[in-house]
Amino acid sequence: MEPRDTGTVAVKRGLAQMLKGGVIMDVVTPEHARIAEDAGAVAVMALERVPADIRAHGGVARMSDPELILKIMDAVSIPVMAKCRIGHFVEAQVLEALGVDFIDESEVLTPADEEHHIDKHQFKVPFVCGCRNLGEALRRIAEGAAMIRTKGEAGTGNVVEAVRHARAVMGEIRRLTSMAPEELMKAAKEMGAPYELVKEVAQLGRLPVVNFAAGGIATPADAALMMQLGMDGVFVGSGIFKSSDPARRAKAIVEATTHYNDPKIIAEVSKGLGEAMPGLEISAIPQDQLLAGRGW
Amino acid sequence: MTIGVLALQGAFIEHRKALERLGVDTREVRLPEHLEGLAGLIIPGGESTTIGKLAVTYGLLEPIRAKAASGWPVWGTCAGMILLARDIGGLAQPLLGLMDVTIRRNAFGRQVDSFETWLDVPELGGDAPFRAIFIRAPLIERVGPGVQVLARLSDGAIVAARQRNLLVTAFHPELTDDLRFHRYFVRMTEEATKA
Repeated sequence: MEPRDTGTVAVKRGLAQMLKGGVIMDVVTPEHARIAEDAGAVAVMALERVPADIRAHGGVARMSDPELILKIMDAVSIPVMAKCRIGHFVEAQVLEALGVDFIDESEVLTPADEEHHIDKHQFKVPFVCGCRNLGEALRRIAEGAAMIRTKGEAGTGNVVEAVRHARAVMGEIRRLTSMAPEELMKAAKEMGAPYELVKEVAQLGRLPVVNFAAGGIATPADAALMMQLGMDGVFVGSGIFKSSDPARRAKAIVEATTHYNDPKIIAEVSKGLGEAMPGLEISAIPQDQLLAGRGW
Repeated sequence: MTIGVLALQGAFIEHRKALERLGVDTREVRLPEHLEGLAGLIIPGGESTTIGKLAVTYGLLEPIRAKAASGWPVWGTCAGMILLARDIGGLAQPLLGLMDVTIRRNAFGRQVDSFETWLDVPELGGDAPFRAIFIRAPLIERVGPGVQVLARLSDGAIVAARQRNLLVTAFHPELTDDLRFHRYFVRMTEEATKA
């Protein structure tokens, strides 16, 4: 048989490329997963609790029960993602052994290591990681992340932090593209990112991996907003299954993500969706309960 | 000559970039009116269930079927190949159903089993193998009499095929810098335009 190379950079980044223009939905049961697939989700994130409930529940949030993840994998034909704690490489090994298609090293769970993220090059399964700015995105890519997402502020139904993080990343990319070559080393030093990646971003005018929006997206217009800001697709966490009509809202967010530049279609799909998830004002959350500050 | 790329979801930008490197004009197709005046269409990789559902909701299946029936070239990569197939083993999801092949989805396993390898594709001309990237890829289990096999893995699995104006690849030429498959499809499109 010809040699088949698995777990290569092209294969890992390639799956993220296939998810572009799509919506990845948080699900906590196989039934949710089927609703998400029927609505047109490109992948599901298998969890025990959506972020809004993790926030309400408090305590230490960990990787989900493998049995639940396997049941969700059995329920759908689309890719299944699962979350491990920042720095918890054994949870990641477990998720890889289960055969999940993507691992989210996520600030939504309680970090296991405050100094180090996982060395993601050691895995065949691809990883997605959150970021608040370009430097953070490039540090995660240097560690082997095959996909990046904004952190936003998960479980709030408030898109403001995702917008802040998307604007930060896109603005810093635009700034790099206008720099003289000798300015790039200084930029790399200031943002704490590897010089080679800074140079690559300056040349490409974008991240070298797919970049999704996440953290607070609750409506079709939120999804289209993130797409128009230059994101490649969206994660919707609590926004679907904490709303009054998840199946309809899920389908509407999928359609708004595809037709993000067509306000007439976004208006049409936004009609009569019922109650969105209850939102949280970011300033009303105590500082020590903000999730985006986890990781570095 | 303008070639369309179905842009409902997936890796459509990669296909546009490859075609533009060959000097071909491209257009993203999300609604039936975007099909007007196109010389051919690429259906990219992505999630076939997502692309199929959106194609139904926005009325794209019928106009694409009608155009393809009159000899209009269509190339499907990965998810696009699934959408073009007549039979995907009885799974209930929307299809164009144009090509006389039976396809098995996720035939190689989950993402940890995704791989890249060298493929011989004599139809592209020359001896150089093609670097083929397979991502949760489907394969072709059966081809009908009018279908030409273009490439197989060494275990015999069919991974590229052509039926007159229809081209399918289970892998992703748009993820590499090798433009030979795009050039091949552009030539198919030029020939169809002349005919």
